Amino acid sequence: MTVPLLKVDNLAVEFGPKSHPIRVVDGVSFEIPPGGAVGIVGESGSGKSITSLSILRLISEPPGRIVQGRIEFNGVNLLDLPRSKMPDIRGRDIAMIFQEPMSSLNPVMKIGDQIGEAIMLHEDMSGEVRRRRVIEMLGLVGIPDPAGRLDSYPHQFSGGMRQRVMIAMALACNPKLLIADEPTTALDVTIQAQVLDLIHKLRRTLNTAVLLISHDLGVIADVCERVVVMYAGRVVEEADVRSIFRAPQHPYTRGLLQSIPRLDDDRDRLYQIPGSVPLAGSVKKGCPFYERCSLRIDKCAEEMPPMFSFGTDQRAACWVTARQADAQAKEATLS
Amino acid sequence: MARYLLLRLADAIPTVLLVLTLVFIAMRILPGDPAIAALGDMATPEQLEIFRERMGLNAPLWLQYINFVWGMLTLDFGTSLMNNQSVLRLIAYNLPYTIELTIVAMIMGVGVGIPLGVLAATHRNKAADNAVRGFSLLGYAVPDFYLGALLLITFSLNMGLFPINGGGEGFLDRMHHVFLPALTLALVKAAFIGRLTRTSLLEVFGKDYIRTARAKGAREPRVIYRHGLRNALLPLTTGIGLSTLATLSGSVAIELVFNRPGIGKLLISAISERDYAVIQGGVVIFSLFVVLINLLMDLVYIVVDPRIRVQ
Amino acid sequence: MAVTTEHSQLPSPSLAPEPKALSRLAYSLFSRTSTIFAFAVVVIFVAVAVFAPLIAPYDPLAQSILRINKLPSTANWLGTDQFGRDVLSRMIYGSRNSLIFGLISPVLAAICGTVLGVVAGYFGGIVDRVISRVIDLLLAFPELLLAIMIAAVLGGGFWNVIAVITVAFVPGFARVARASTLAVKQEPYIEAAVAIGVSTPVIIFRHVIPNIAAPIVVLMTLWVASAIRLEASLSFLGIGTQPPNPSWGNIIRDGLNNLFGSPWPIIGAGFAITCVVLSFNLLGDVVRDVLDPEISE
Repeated sequence: MTVPLLKVDNLAVEFGPKSHPIRVVDGVSFEIPPGGAVGIVGESGSGKSITSLSILRLISEPPGRIVQGRIEFNGVNLLDLPRSKMPDIRGRDIAMIFQEPMSSLNPVMKIGDQIGEAIMLHEDMSGEVRRRRVIEMLGLVGIPDPAGRLDSYPHQFSGGMRQRVMIAMALACNPKLLIADEPTTALDVTIQAQVLDLIHKLRRTLNTAVLLISHDLGVIADVCERVVVMYAGRVVEEADVRSIFRAPQHPYTRGLLQSIPRLDDDRDRLYQIPGSVPLAGSVKKGCPFYERCSLRIDKCAEEMPPMFSFGTDQRAACWVTARQADAQAKEATLS
Repeated sequence: MARYLLLRLADAIPTVLLVLTLVFIAMRILPGDPAIAALGDMATPEQLEIFRERMGLNAPLWLQYINFVWGMLTLDFGTSLMNNQSVLRLIAYNLPYTIELTIVAMIMGVGVGIPLGVLAATHRNKAADNAVRGFSLLGYAVPDFYLGALLLITFSLNMGLFPINGGGEGFLDRMHHVFLPALTLALVKAAFIGRLTRTSLLEVFGKDYIRTARAKGAREPRVIYRHGLRNALLPLTTGIGLSTLATLSGSVAIELVFNRPGIGKLLISAISERDYAVIQGGVVIFSLFVVLINLLMDLVYIVVDPRIRVQ
Repeated sequence: MAVTTEHSQLPSPSLAPEPKALSRLAYSLFSRTSTIFAFAVVVIFVAVAVFAPLIAPYDPLAQSILRINKLPSTANWLGTDQFGRDVLSRMIYGSRNSLIFGLISPVLAAICGTVLGVVAGYFGGIVDRVISRVIDLLLAFPELLLAIMIAAVLGGGFWNVIAVITVAFVPGFARVARASTLAVKQEPYIEAAVAIGVSTPVIIFRHVIPNIAAPIVVLMTLWVASAIRLEASLSFLGIGTQPPNPSWGNIIRDGLNNLFGSPWPIIGAGFAITCVVLSFNLLGDVVRDVLDPEISE
């Protein structure tokens, strides 16, 4: 196996006062190979955004803090770096785009200057060369008449166009990893597809690895090869996209899949997982999904399940499905 | 942008007319007989008649109104009852001192207030923040004329560092004279501007584009000034405009404390001497200043907010 | 305000019940040292003003050529002024002025401003346009400048000062009252009241006014401090309380004319103004935070 570009290992993030910390991310681990694309899926409150912000150490401290784990980028643990080194990594090695394209751009700065700033911060080049680079980036993300839009302000762009500008800004320094935190959630469905296409295409042409955060498995399936499913601050399942759709192993993943609308669907109502996500930090022991799970057994209430392997490339944290798989495997060897 | 500018300018014209109308109502109609209001109860009927004749108070009200508005628009403010000088000349002599005081005070106030606000916002809930909060609470409470008197007693009277009265001659001397009065107003305004800068900056720091700036690798000073303060300028513009107006009204008392020439001192002595024409001129000048500063505020807004500019 | 809401027959999203608001007020008042200090200062200030004749060691108007410009001593704690009057006694009597103006003007301004604002907001049309335009214009003026200009026309004296400070505050109240009225007018219960034929005065007094009371009360408490400061400023300028009657403002004015005599009148009166204004500001902030969390910073 190749050396991973990013390796998140046993990450935990807490919020609130140190005397009563609330653990919103707990023991999260995953890897992204160079040029690969991994998606994190989960409901709001699952800790997926906090996880992505932690990678660039962008969570505000206080009230938040990373309390354990490693975030290795190219073999270097980012959590060991002094805080003052982080700006060198941000934007140059790892870039990030956010959910709200309407508010993520500085309203009083010209588009060209905002993209130019990203380049200026990391690369030493003359103003003229930088300008050409900005125009090139704007063209790459599909802004018509890029040279003419340099002096425009964000309010003169539509939501989809602004997200394209954000992508141009993020990719301006050729980062090795692009973190996209719900990049299409705030956009119309048609624009959504265009932006996803763009990320997909740029990933191929620039060979940038992508970490895509979304609550929508469909969006992740469009772009990514691997999926990490998060629930209540923990990773509950991790697999390649095909396995997730063909044989989901965690009951929560199954619930997520059932709630995706399908064309060949003749149900009147979409499936809904009963109950709601537990408040961060409220689950003290056992499986966080216990309350909502249809497969639960007594053990689930007592002991947090570890990650079990299912086949070569799939892992899930469920006592029940792990036992079932075990039994099936035994049957297979017996017969 | 040009259209917005023209619209704002056009909007100022009815405002000026409305101001003049209100002044006219206040001075000619509200006090009952303006002649008695001006000369007092002890005036003889002959004196009153002479006054009425001289001020054109015998004409019908509508004609008085038109004469008044026309006079003000052509800068004909009449002559002072006390020393027979033209009111325009009195104003022309005193106005530069008031403008000088206001400008120097605002430069000092903004120059102190904004860094204080940045300091407080970037050290939220720490010692520096609490110190700035204490300073601004005190600044809200202390009357400027009291602060001025204390500075005058300490630095001019006891230490002899600054003159105790007058406006000064020549640039350096004038700056020497204006320093303490301007400092007085500036300290009070710095409290307000500092508080406002802190609030606006903290609001801006919570915005998504600040996170974007950090995500692209900008270091803190750049995030604070280039992205944070630049956006906080929008609410600050309004605050600085209001401060300028408050400084202008504060200058009245400060000119009295430091015994320096200015429109405020002119107006106050005119009131005690019941100098009708000067009072009228002073009130109109102050009103026009308020309209003008509001207009300037709108123009500055065009510069700092591209969302207004580009439309 | 809660009294009026009790009588309303239609359901209205009223303020929190009075006892709860009061206990919250008491809680926020006494949970911080700064507000306890402010409360104590205000209590002392009111007590001094009310009992001035009992507390003051001397007649504030009594002059004596023999005792001019005395420095502070056991006989005259803050010394005497250029007319030989006891500065402390003048300050004690001066507090009455501050209290009277500080309380009356905001109340009067609240009444006038609310009437104007509600009329403009509720009836709309040309009435609203005229009132709003004048209010907007007056709001462009700082209160002090407006007061100076009105005082320039009216002259000094007790009732004129009341009128001046009141008029200076009316635009602020009118704007808040108008905005709140416009908001309340949209509420379904007003529409319902109109639909079942409740008369306009009843709607205004039973449903509109109780529901805009919170911001008005908040503004009123915030402006007690401003009114005290404004009276002091006007008296300092010689267009407020007229000598020989003592006011903190004209004590400083007299002190400034007697700079080489004694600095103590200025120091004492200025300190009193600062403390009282600071305290009322702090209390006003507490009232605002409790009654109207929306407009707090």
